Amino acid sequence: MKDMQKDDIVGDYEEQIQNFYDGSSRKILVTQEETEFPAGCLIVSRTDVDGIITHANESFVTMSGYSREEIIGQPQSILRHPDMPAAAFVDMWETLQAGKKWYGYVKNLRKNGGYYWVYATAIPNIRNGVVEGYSSVRREPSKQKVEEHAKLYQEMLNQSNQSA
Amino acid sequence: MTFNLAVSPDFKPDRISGWYIFNTWLQNQLNEKIHLELHNGFDDQLTAIKEKKVDIIYANPFDISRLVREEGFIPVAKPYAKPDEAIVVTKVDGEINSIQDLPVTATIAQTEARDVNNIGMILVEPADITHDTVQFVDCDNYIMVAKTLLNGGADAGFMLTEAFNELSGLVAKQLKPLVSSQIHLIHHALLLGPELAHHHDALAASLLDMSNNEKGKKILDDLGISHWESMGQEEAEFMVDLMDTLAPKD
Repeated sequence: MKDMQKDDIVGDYEEQIQNFYDGSSRKILVTQEETEFPAGCLIVSRTDVDGIITHANESFVTMSGYSREEIIGQPQSILRHPDMPAAAFVDMWETLQAGKKWYGYVKNLRKNGGYYWVYATAIPNIRNGVVEGYSSVRREPSKQKVEEHAKLYQEMLNQSNQSA
Repeated sequence: MTFNLAVSPDFKPDRISGWYIFNTWLQNQLNEKIHLELHNGFDDQLTAIKEKKVDIIYANPFDISRLVREEGFIPVAKPYAKPDEAIVVTKVDGEINSIQDLPVTATIAQTEARDVNNIGMILVEPADITHDTVQFVDCDNYIMVAKTLLNGGADAGFMLTEAFNELSGLVAKQLKPLVSSQIHLIHHALLLGPELAHHHDALAASLLDMSNNEKGKKILDDLGISHWESMGQEEAEFMVDLMDTLAPKD
């Protein structure tokens, strides 16, 4: 995955190196600029079994800040915000790989360095008994739940940093 | 042998004659005897589906899930540019002006339309309203949802956006939309049951050609459909997956 580019960033940013499960890493540029979830919309995307984005609806494209051409073919983790603990995604993949539905509050990273919160549901796309990919639908979260999860995720990150 | 055509019970009463005429057209296309069975409600229709008394159906997105995954129905066509969207409305002169104004224990008027109700619950989630906190008032139709709101019997109501837009001006001006969904991917569809699956290709071709002649166009006008678009198995499966993500948490 490409590093984030300074020219795409809006506002003051902090530079970080994000490490992924597969051993790869990426430079990300993070701001504190929040984008509100558009009321009534659903962000819909599909990935293949490896988590590569194969379909994105208009709301996905708009909220991510990337063009459709930029986002299709990229790993879903292009949206991963450093405030999200890795354990949340481990839980998601374990749940999906067990053939079950996963729910969670997620803080996503935009192309411009900002963020947006969603309440996400992900399910495996099972065709003739075979998992062919995954669908994810994100909707507007409650502000109270976002506050609770922001605090919880920070605690999880702190614990993770202490044990590292 | 006579087959049964069913129509999702959420259509407007003035479309009934249109569906009878469509059924006549359908019989001519398939050269089969088909009886149009209009069920009294979603529960009646679901019972008929389970008892395998439905062979062709113009189904709503919620029932498509069951029909495709459990009953072996196959998609044939969908109406062009007619997505199913839900709207949350309230009384125009009430104190509620946004979803966030709704109390966690809000009373919501709804019909039996499960797809609309599921989307409606998603639209009120930002106010921390869940199935555990909400109180429902069940209504027979969208007019009754409107009447319940105007009588102060509920804080808000769930309606199919299309139905809200078709309310009389007198009723509509007494209601205030709070939020409407913009999903674009969920819609009704015409499905064929296993007994008639061999007609799929011929029926799909006839449906797609329907708007190209005056007689077919008139029938479509009476159904409120401009023309049909083909719908493949994967599109139906994707919509089923989508509906699954919108279902209440187990």
